[in-house]
Amino acid sequence: MARITAGVSCSHVPAIGVAMDTGITDQPYWKPCFDGFVKSREWMKENTPDVIFLTYNDHCTAFDASCIPTFALGCAAEFQPADEGWGPRPVPVVKNHQKLASHIAQSLILDEFDMTIMNEMDVDHGLTVPLSLMFGEHGPDDEWPCMVIPLAVNVVQYPAPTGNRCYNLGKAVARAVESFDEDLNVMVFGTGGMSHQLQYKRAGLINPEWDKRFLDMLVNDPVAASQIPHVEYLREAGSEGVEMVMWHVMRGALNENAKEVHRHYHVPASNTAVGHLILENV
Amino acid sequence: MKKDYEDIPGTFVFDADRSREGYHLNQFCISLGKQKGRDAYTADPEAYLASFPMTEDQRQAVRDQNWNRMLELGGNVYYTAKLAAYHGINFQGLAGLMTGMGREEYRDMMLNGGRSIEGNRYKSEWGEEE
Repeated sequence: MARITAGVSCSHVPAIGVAMDTGITDQPYWKPCFDGFVKSREWMKENTPDVIFLTYNDHCTAFDASCIPTFALGCAAEFQPADEGWGPRPVPVVKNHQKLASHIAQSLILDEFDMTIMNEMDVDHGLTVPLSLMFGEHGPDDEWPCMVIPLAVNVVQYPAPTGNRCYNLGKAVARAVESFDEDLNVMVFGTGGMSHQLQYKRAGLINPEWDKRFLDMLVNDPVAASQIPHVEYLREAGSEGVEMVMWHVMRGALNENAKEVHRHYHVPASNTAVGHLILENV
Repeated sequence: MKKDYEDIPGTFVFDADRSREGYHLNQFCISLGKQKGRDAYTADPEAYLASFPMTEDQRQAVRDQNWNRMLELGGNVYYTAKLAAYHGINFQGLAGLMTGMGREEYRDMMLNGGRSIEGNRYKSEWGEEE
C-alpha cells in the first residue's frame, strides 16, 4: 500500500530559484538562507520518496484571470517548467505518477472535494523552487529524483480556500494515498509564505513573531492553526502571506503526532521571510 | 457590504470586486509574460493597449508606469509585475517604487528585517479613515 512518510513546508520565493540558477548561493546575501537547507538535502537523500504530492500556487502562469480554479490537480504525464516572462527555469521536466494522481483525483471528488483536473499544465517557480531547495541543483537535461503530483491552489484572488478546508483536504489526500494499491513512499509538500507583502505602500512587511508562532502551532496544535481566519494572515503576515493556508494541506495529510525533524527561518529572501519545516510520521 | 480587511493600511486585497474592475488591465499585463505579447506591445504600444477594452484611466496608468494607480484601478501585483518586468523592473524594484522609498532604501529595509508590523496593522495607525 502507498503510505505518507513525511511532510515538508517551505517558501517558494522566485529569487531563490534565480540565485540557484545563476550560482550565487554562496554570496553573503544568500548564504544564511541556503545554509538552513543543507540538512534538508541530506535528509532528502536518505529518505528520497517515490512521489511528492506538492501543494503550491500558480502565479498567473498556467491560469490568468480568465480561469481561477480553487484546487487544480495535475494529472498529466509531465509538466514543463513555465516561461514566466524571462524564459523557463533551467530545471528538469516534472514527471507525474499518473496512476496515483488520477486515483487521488477520483478519491477526492468522491470524498466531496470538487477538484479541477489538469491534463495540460506548465508549472512555475511555485512548484520548481521547493524541488530545487530540497534536491539541490539539477539541470534541464537531468531528472528530478522522484515523481511529483502538483496541486495548484488559488491564493491570488481573494478568497483563498480557508485553512480549515486545506487541512481537511490534506486528510482526504492521506485517505486517497493510503487506499492506493501499490507500495509507494509518498511525501506531501506545502509551500509558500512566510510573512510578506509585495504590493502598495505596506510592501516589505515582515512579522517574525507571528511566523514563529505559526510554525509552533502548525507542528503542535494543527487544528487550532487551521482555524486562523484570512483577515489575520492579511493583517499580520501581509497580503501575500495568506498563501500559508497551503501549509495546512501538508499538515492535514500527516498524523497529528508527526515529529518535527528540522526547522529553518530566515529574513529576507528578496521581499519575503523564508520558513521551512520537515515533519515525519511516527 | 463591509469587508473585514478594509481597515488594513497600504494594502489592496484583490477580491472579486477588484478583479472585476481590473480584469482587462490584468489580462493586458499578463499577456506581456509571453514573447508574442511583448513583441506586439513593442511594435505598436498604443494599438496593443487599444486591443484590451480597459478604461482610459487604466491605459494612462500603464503609459505613466504609475504602479500604485494601476492597483487603485483593480490591478494586481502578480499581473502588474509582468509589465514591470517588461520595463526591466524586478519585484524588489517595483516594491521600492510602490512604497515611494526607492530601490536602495527599500532593499536596506529588507536587509534589516523588513517593515515592522508595529504601527502597520490598522489604517487608524496611519492617520487614515477606516
